[in-house]
Amino acid sequence: MNAQPRPRLVVIGNGMAAMRTVEDLLARQPARYDITVFGAEVHPNYNRIMLSSVLAGEKSVDDIVINPRQWYVDNGITLHSGDPVVSIDRERRMVTAASGLSVAYDRLLIATGSNPLMPPLKGLSLPGVVAFRDISDVDQMLEAARAGKRAVVIGGGLLGLEAAWGLKRQGMPVALVHLMPTLMERQLDAEAGGLLQKDLTERGLHFFTSGQTEEILGSDHVEGVRLADGREIPAEIVVMAIGIRPNIRLAKEAGLEINRGIVVDDTMATSDPAIYAVGECVEHRGQIFGLVAPIWDQAKVCAARLADDMTLTYSTPALSTRLKITGIDVFSAGQLAGGEGDEEVIFRDTARGIYKKLVIRDDRVVGAVLYGDVSDGSWYFRLIGDKTALGDLRERVIYGEAYAQPAGKAAPDIAALADSTQICGCNGVSKGQILAKIGEKGLTTLDEVRAHTKASASCGQCSTQVLALLAHATGGKARTSDAVCKCTAVGHDEVRKAIVAKGLKTQAAVREALGWTTPDGCAKCRPALNYYLLCAWPGEYEDDSQSRFINERVHANIQRDGTYSVVPRMWGGLTTPSELRAIADIADKYAIPTVKVTGGQRIDLLGVKKDDLPRVWADLNDAGMVSGHAYAKGLRTVKTCVGSEWCRFGTQDSTGLGVKLERLLWGSWTPAKVKLGVSGCPRNCAESTVKDIGVICVDAGYDIHIAGAAGLHVRQTDLLGQVATEAEALEVIAAVTQLYREEGHYLERMYKWSARVGLEYIRAEIMGNTDARAALYARFIASQAVFQKDPWAERASEGVASHEFAPLAVVEELA
Amino acid sequence: MSEIEIGTLSDIPRLGARTVETPAGQIAVFRTAEDDVFALLNRCPHKGGPLSEGIVAGRTVACPLHNWVINLNDGQAVAPDEGCARSFPVRLKGDRLWLTL
Repeated sequence: MNAQPRPRLVVIGNGMAAMRTVEDLLARQPARYDITVFGAEVHPNYNRIMLSSVLAGEKSVDDIVINPRQWYVDNGITLHSGDPVVSIDRERRMVTAASGLSVAYDRLLIATGSNPLMPPLKGLSLPGVVAFRDISDVDQMLEAARAGKRAVVIGGGLLGLEAAWGLKRQGMPVALVHLMPTLMERQLDAEAGGLLQKDLTERGLHFFTSGQTEEILGSDHVEGVRLADGREIPAEIVVMAIGIRPNIRLAKEAGLEINRGIVVDDTMATSDPAIYAVGECVEHRGQIFGLVAPIWDQAKVCAARLADDMTLTYSTPALSTRLKITGIDVFSAGQLAGGEGDEEVIFRDTARGIYKKLVIRDDRVVGAVLYGDVSDGSWYFRLIGDKTALGDLRERVIYGEAYAQPAGKAAPDIAALADSTQICGCNGVSKGQILAKIGEKGLTTLDEVRAHTKASASCGQCSTQVLALLAHATGGKARTSDAVCKCTAVGHDEVRKAIVAKGLKTQAAVREALGWTTPDGCAKCRPALNYYLLCAWPGEYEDDSQSRFINERVHANIQRDGTYSVVPRMWGGLTTPSELRAIADIADKYAIPTVKVTGGQRIDLLGVKKDDLPRVWADLNDAGMVSGHAYAKGLRTVKTCVGSEWCRFGTQDSTGLGVKLERLLWGSWTPAKVKLGVSGCPRNCAESTVKDIGVICVDAGYDIHIAGAAGLHVRQTDLLGQVATEAEALEVIAAVTQLYREEGHYLERMYKWSARVGLEYIRAEIMGNTDARAALYARFIASQAVFQKDPWAERASEGVASHEFAPLAVVEELA
Repeated sequence: MSEIEIGTLSDIPRLGARTVETPAGQIAVFRTAEDDVFALLNRCPHKGGPLSEGIVAGRTVACPLHNWVINLNDGQAVAPDEGCARSFPVRLKGDRLWLTL
């Protein structure tokens, strides 16, 4: 006896909506249907959302494939890819594809997606005009990028911005034309849009806002675009990214009810009960769709319906948007602009580039725009979706979930925390201890709380919580000050300027001239003054070792048990068998308990007794090694990849450049530590984009990045500029180091300095002004002539600071 | 109680310290900008950090491990911190330093 033939489900479209529906259906009833899928593209089902990451070079096409061909085989699905359906015969329940293949269906799912919106512009059909819709568009863009062409992107929404950024990442000069005055105006308010434009401008994109494209120029290939105001922008590739339109042609020709999209009911059925539709091609209750979240809901409902479960119905949820540009955090959800009677709560931190706006109506959050810090996006989104009444939450909601959430939730309100809850992990300080000191001593500032409790005095990550506690306890507002320390009211910039302007050449002179309240300063200002003076007067100012932290005074890192760690320099991460043998012998000879490979591509000898330091150094010196300055506010490491000498992808000799950079920069004192990375290609194996200064080698030369971080804060670098030759790369890097040396606040890492003075300023000084750059470079070289001395050799064999390494006396027994 | 000669004033850098190994433990001997000398057990009352390695300012030293500030006179932690490093009498006779244990 033959089995009953299964009903046939034909799916038109092999995109995300279609395959998610099929997956959901298979999860419910794996053998319910005999499934045939038609796809217009030759590729298997892939994640279209990630096309921007493919364009940006962060992912490959293979990485974004959702279901490989084997998945279709495994699930008994017949896939016809590269063969679009051209007609639906509803009477005979049959579809016909471009190849002529006809397949009968019992149920039909239409998921034809959308087409890019193309305005009626002259020149639209020229070669070089592409959309940003599928893999072939991305291929064309990548090809143009490889050929060193210029790009214009039309459309400053989500899609256009991601396209522009991706092209920029590929090394193309990119201009973006947007019809409206601010970017992403449907998701962002003017302020957040402005911040976004500013950040992207700093990253090298050019914007033409309020720009109406009049014509695409060119005769047999694109040559540029002309705007309505007459401006012309040259380009060899033009990306149209102004929006999408549901692809309804097939449905329309088949006589289904259509409006802007294919009209579906709450169960995703079209006007023909045997035919369903999901995704960007549909219109549900007057709404069409471009984001993935509601489409996943549609897929779930449609799968239920195909499994004859009629209980699920679709309704459009609140929508949220995030922009996928690495390092730029934007979130938007709900309604942007308040109407009559709506309230706006705004938080703005210009120093950290953070902006948050909540739109509140009838005690409920109805919209959120976040820029710079989107960590609470999902929480706000939940508040919007759940229509949570705010009540008491109202006054704290803008600070985010951690500080606003009532007790009992994952991130409780600071006021509701138990007194025993630890606030500062570094120093082990509890909420109760902090509150007790605030009450007992009448503290009103963060500095005072730090002084009395040590809470937030180490890594500082709990500062906001401590501040919230302070605000909670006092009802007042905490103050912060930019004074160097408690010995003075004068700030860092003022001190640096006075040192140069007044020719102050000793710490005593600085303290005298600027009215210090203490005769010899304190542990906070002395190291700062010492640095500022030796930077301003190299060779003239005598370094004061008593104003150095212990690590810099004894050129090793103190450990918790009072022993030290010793890290010899390995130039660019290179070492030799004889160096390794010497290190092994030294570890044996001095019974060094721990030998560890560091993240900076060198070797750390941990647990060295202080008395042994000079002898350990002498032995390292004998083997040709010098101090790695692993303890210094100065150049630490230059991490490299193997580059063109060995790597099949390497474009330049990154190892060689790393060694040259380390030879150029070692020994220099800087406001805070400086770490470099040199990567031989954009695969970035040396992790250069989270260093203070990073180089990415490309075919055309060297992309020089600055202001990355990968510690307490993780931050991707900003591109300072590209240079063609190794010599220029060395000059630019020495010059930017010198600018930082001359202008950074003591202990201020490069990324904080850059945020404070602005990348544009740094770029103008270094890349835009060859005279300024040459002068900075010359000052750096002059300073290096003074400071490039191996401090280990001075101490190991020249007797410098010998008192540091021996006790004053040994008393054997008492008389 | 015994008083022991441990060296000369010039053996210690101004605004610095040296250590003395004794049966009572390691003792840090400090010298201020005004050439006053003080001796403390070389253990910070907080987490045992070597006070001799700290930065000396006025009549205080900042512990190198976590920046507690300790009074050289009596070994008391400067408010707001609380704790005490044992102090020892030390005096100058001529340029010679004498420590009482």
